[in-house]
Amino acid sequence: MSGDSVVAPKLAAPIVQLIDVRKTFGAVPVLNGISFDVAKGEVVCIIGPSGSGKSTLIRCINALLPVTSGTIRVADIEVGDPRLDKLALRRKVGMVFQQYNLFPHRTALQNVMMAPLHVLKQDRIEVEARARALLAKVQLAGKEDTYPGELSGGQQQRVAIARSLAMRPEVMLFDEVTAALDPETVKEVLVTIHELADEGMTCLLVTHEMGFAREVADHIYFTDKGVIVEHGPPQEFFTAARDERTRRFLSQVL
Amino acid sequence: MPRLSRSVPPVLCAILIVYAGSAHALGPPTPASALEIVIKWAPLLLGGFAFNILISLLAMALGTLAGFGLGLLLISEQVLARRAAWSVMQFFRNAPWLVLLFFAMFLIPFRITVMGVTIPLPDWVKAVIGFALPVMANVAEILRGAVASIPSTQWEAAESLALSRRQTVWLVILPQCFKRMLPSWMNLYALITMATVQASIVGVSEMLTITAQVHAAEGGRTDLFAPLYGFALLCFFLYCYPIDYMTARLERRFNVR
Amino acid sequence: MNAVADWFRTLYETTGINLTIFYDAYDFQRYAAGIGMTLFLSVASIVASVVIGAAGAAAQGSGSALVRQSVQAFVVVFRNTPPLVQIFFFYFGVGAVIPGIETSYGTREPLLGNVAWAVISLSLFAGAFNVEIFRSGIEAVPRTTLEAAEALGYTRLGAYRHIVLPLAVRVCLPALNNNLINLLKTTTLAYAIAVPETLYAAKQIWSESQNVLEMMLLLLATYMVLVGVFAGLMHQWERQMRIPGYHR
Repeated sequence: MSGDSVVAPKLAAPIVQLIDVRKTFGAVPVLNGISFDVAKGEVVCIIGPSGSGKSTLIRCINALLPVTSGTIRVADIEVGDPRLDKLALRRKVGMVFQQYNLFPHRTALQNVMMAPLHVLKQDRIEVEARARALLAKVQLAGKEDTYPGELSGGQQQRVAIARSLAMRPEVMLFDEVTAALDPETVKEVLVTIHELADEGMTCLLVTHEMGFAREVADHIYFTDKGVIVEHGPPQEFFTAARDERTRRFLSQVL
Repeated sequence: MPRLSRSVPPVLCAILIVYAGSAHALGPPTPASALEIVIKWAPLLLGGFAFNILISLLAMALGTLAGFGLGLLLISEQVLARRAAWSVMQFFRNAPWLVLLFFAMFLIPFRITVMGVTIPLPDWVKAVIGFALPVMANVAEILRGAVASIPSTQWEAAESLALSRRQTVWLVILPQCFKRMLPSWMNLYALITMATVQASIVGVSEMLTITAQVHAAEGGRTDLFAPLYGFALLCFFLYCYPIDYMTARLERRFNVR
Repeated sequence: MNAVADWFRTLYETTGINLTIFYDAYDFQRYAAGIGMTLFLSVASIVASVVIGAAGAAAQGSGSALVRQSVQAFVVVFRNTPPLVQIFFFYFGVGAVIPGIETSYGTREPLLGNVAWAVISLSLFAGAFNVEIFRSGIEAVPRTTLEAAEALGYTRLGAYRHIVLPLAVRVCLPALNNNLINLLKTTTLAYAIAVPETLYAAKQIWSESQNVLEMMLLLLATYMVLVGVFAGLMHQWERQMRIPGYHR
């Protein structure tokens, strides 16, 4: 385990690769050289105090925010390329947000169907069948015709996960997806993500759920002030953190 | 919500109006330029405009007073009073202002006798009443809306302190309403000010009437229409835009809290 | 029909309540034509003002500061000047200057008549309000919702079409309804340039038949019905468009 911000590449070919990514908002630096790899099928958790740039980092990976410098590669797509085909990138990368961001004027089923229909122009019958299957998969069979405003936070978040999966992504990004939820509904969302991970989906999570990270993650990165302070497999990370900042953070949240 | 684009300087708009009014009048050589004519008659025209303002202020004062009473009836506990007030409000809110103005002009007698004293009611006073009617209905609705927007916990808190209903309304609810009512009330004032020109249709000599007379006095040249009416537009704009601007600012400030 | 006419004629003879339009075919036709004109003015200017509002709101999102400022100047000027003066300005001021058509009798006919100018000025007036209404609707759609659409691969245009506009329309519907109902009432101003709408027809009838009170009440009743029906339709639409569980 190393405390450096540069990480040696892993053996398997990485599906997500970040090399010295930097991002500033105006004059304010948010990411100060972040590098890591995520292998296919790997589950990676990014933890750290609020304001450490975690959400910015995850938004850079699917080009919702442009990076200031550095390289991001997702499934052989160069994200920083000015001629980037955003559609191609977003077919490969699904994203789930803290505030669900479902489209309130569409039912749960329609929310899942919209992007495949409008963006991928796929066949409606096939899309609907898949959308129903996905809702069933996230334990929401029977809620197809319900509007987001009528669902609980946990249910909305599971619709949001199904909505992303409908694009058949290769990587899923989760941005503090349980932070806005009631404690009792956090679990149902985590179970869904857990299942996804078990099926071999590559997942990148920004999370505050330490128990979940310890249980599901293959690798944990601890960021603070825009750099990776420490990382490692969960067993090591939670029991033998070396950096003072990591230990202080862990003692506060555990 | 942000209303960045409200920051267009009023001067720019004023220039726009004047330009629109005079642009084509500058074309062929004319006996007297449009601008000269407007300047020549400006005192008279502005006098007419002052009359519009007077009508608007009186109508607003009268209408607000009446509307306040109607609004109190709207929130009264008496079902009958509430229903009656609601019908009156709906009637005067749904009728076109110009129709109400005709209504007032034709159906209010030209003088009334109260306790042996005969009070003459010239046309412009009738116009004030005609404009006060929709103001009344709208003020009542604004008051009702403001009362409805006060959280019900305020009523409960007042009740638990053993305040009577009357005390609750006057000491707790209404004081909180005034602030909420202010933007809508100012907006209503701007609307009624702009509506006062309709009095010219029923024969009150306000600015628009005088504008037509000036136009006739200058020989009825068609190229004078635009500058003369443009001047009227300008006067109203310079009066109403600041009100509109203040209203938007107040709304924004109240929304933030 | 005759029974109705007879009844109203008897009503006049016995009580003096003179509702000529119910027994005099000419007055009836005149009043009906007036209502027809009011409806035409309303529908034409409602459609045009909504188009102006949508175009203006779109232009306010333009990259060019000049376009944005021009739209804003339009909005500010038309919102803060009396609609009646606007009508006079257009009908007399602009109408007199734009070229006319030579008729076969050699007289000069204006290109646009009073009805056309009434529709144009009313549309511009209400359109200025609609620009503001639509813009605030678009601004009310949270940025994060747009971000979610982007993450799903929507283009900017696609996101507007499928997500932002459907939401914005719902958000601004109450304000839009209010403004359009006001527009229906404002069509009475066309009276001032002799457009034969309902008020104009009523005035003609009461000047000839000396039945001011009756016509005045009938006129108010007519507008009650027109405004009531229109407001009812709009509110029904508003209810249909309501999204379950979505409160603003």
